[in-house]
Amino acid sequence: MLELKPEEKAMLEGRQGKATRKAMEIITLLGEIYGAKRLIPVSSVQIAGVSYDNLGEPGLEFLSDMAVDGKARVLTTLNPAGMDLEEWQKHGINADFARNQQRVIDAFAKMGVMTTCTCTPYLVGNLPHFGEHVAWAESSAVCFANSVIGARTNREGGPSALAASLTGVTAEYGLHLEENRVPEVKYDVRTTLKTTDDFGLLGQVIGERTKQAIPYITGISHATTEDLMSFSASVATYGGVAMFHMEDITPRTTTVPEKVQIITQEDLSNARRALDDKDAVIDFISIGCPHASIDEISHIANMLDGKRVKKGKTVWITTARPTKDLAVRMGYYDKIEKAGAFLVSDACCAVAPLKGRFTGLMTDSAKACFYARGKNKFKTEIRTIDECIREAVV
Amino acid sequence: VKLQGRKVFRGKVAGEALVTTQDISFYGGCDPQTGQIVEKGHELEGKSVAGKVLVFPTGKGSTVGSYILYALRKNGKAPLAIVNKIVDPVVAVGCIISEIPAVDQVQIDRLHSGQKVEVDADHGAVSTSG
Repeated sequence: MLELKPEEKAMLEGRQGKATRKAMEIITLLGEIYGAKRLIPVSSVQIAGVSYDNLGEPGLEFLSDMAVDGKARVLTTLNPAGMDLEEWQKHGINADFARNQQRVIDAFAKMGVMTTCTCTPYLVGNLPHFGEHVAWAESSAVCFANSVIGARTNREGGPSALAASLTGVTAEYGLHLEENRVPEVKYDVRTTLKTTDDFGLLGQVIGERTKQAIPYITGISHATTEDLMSFSASVATYGGVAMFHMEDITPRTTTVPEKVQIITQEDLSNARRALDDKDAVIDFISIGCPHASIDEISHIANMLDGKRVKKGKTVWITTARPTKDLAVRMGYYDKIEKAGAFLVSDACCAVAPLKGRFTGLMTDSAKACFYARGKNKFKTEIRTIDECIREAVV
Repeated sequence: VKLQGRKVFRGKVAGEALVTTQDISFYGGCDPQTGQIVEKGHELEGKSVAGKVLVFPTGKGSTVGSYILYALRKNGKAPLAIVNKIVDPVVAVGCIISEIPAVDQVQIDRLHSGQKVEVDADHGAVSTSG
């Protein structure tokens, strides 16, 4: 039985406005469904469901209704939008879409939500600490927060994350409770992973095998933050996983499951073959799913320096606005754009309105392949970042 | 027949049941303009959920599904009520934001398409007449 504190009851009874009431209805209902005993404060929120391409007019109406009197009570950041909020014209986004996308952003801003528009909030000012309770949507960020940071969040959807923001609380169930964070299956990786695409493929293999069971992964001797971002995105896309443990890499010491599964180079090669369409004609190259880090952008800028993107190919490097600003200051933006590639902020190839514009995507991201195929009907090839850039230039 | 379940979202309505044994993904699986189920090969493919007591085991698919229920409501094509075996968070949240009466933990195999069904969500009750 879910017990509410007096101030939570007041929200539910509508004494703090209509949006807060609706938000508290969402929170308490989810609490009742999942058998929560109480609500707990969250210190930050990440909201998904931002691209007008996914929300459409109904989603926008819902957000506008909530924005009439709703206000964020805790630090709240936003997932990628369907376009670069400043340079969208240059990227071939039509004006109608841009106007509607801006209405979505305005509704969030009115509620006091930081319009960060990135799937990597932890890189740009929304960084919880170990053990902290948060309410995040965006499956890759959820997985990164639970696993790499050791914060605690369920896999929220757009409306439930917004509800947590407007009330400052979430129901205590699922991954907020220690007993539900215990790994269930051990995956022993018997091959060496080198690059972000390898980690994406590993995420695909483990995601498909483990489904909802929390994996405990051994055999990884080294992983960069970018590798872990790629793995988080992929394992959450191909499975229902909202957290993982990686021995000696993620912070949590824990009991190791007895059930072991072996992952071999052959498994990764099979996963790679599954994402490579033989008849793909590559006219679109995109890096930055999850959003590229400044280190990746620096590397790409140096590869593109003095080169020229081939005719008939479009290159998007997608990232967060503050990272793009830094790239401008460091001269990376100029190197990338002079080569004819685009450094796109606020958006990504999974949520931008790209259907019909391209036929074949090359990327280092296993997650991007999934959405390119399902949502945009593109053929795909997965390669290392270096191979992607080499494919792009003359 | 009187079936006892659990309230998901309040409301009391009566209407014709539309029943499937297959899960529903509203995002991509249901057209928000027409209310038609458009998922290829689905039992209800081509049928409209508008104004029906929609009975299905549970929701599946993207969290954007909540917004599709909201779109159906705004377009006047929402189901009258939803009855699930086990409600999933996407459908639950969709019902709350769209104010669609909903009940779960119901023995849905006792219900059939075309039956006249009364849903008293406040009491978690679903009953058929005749």
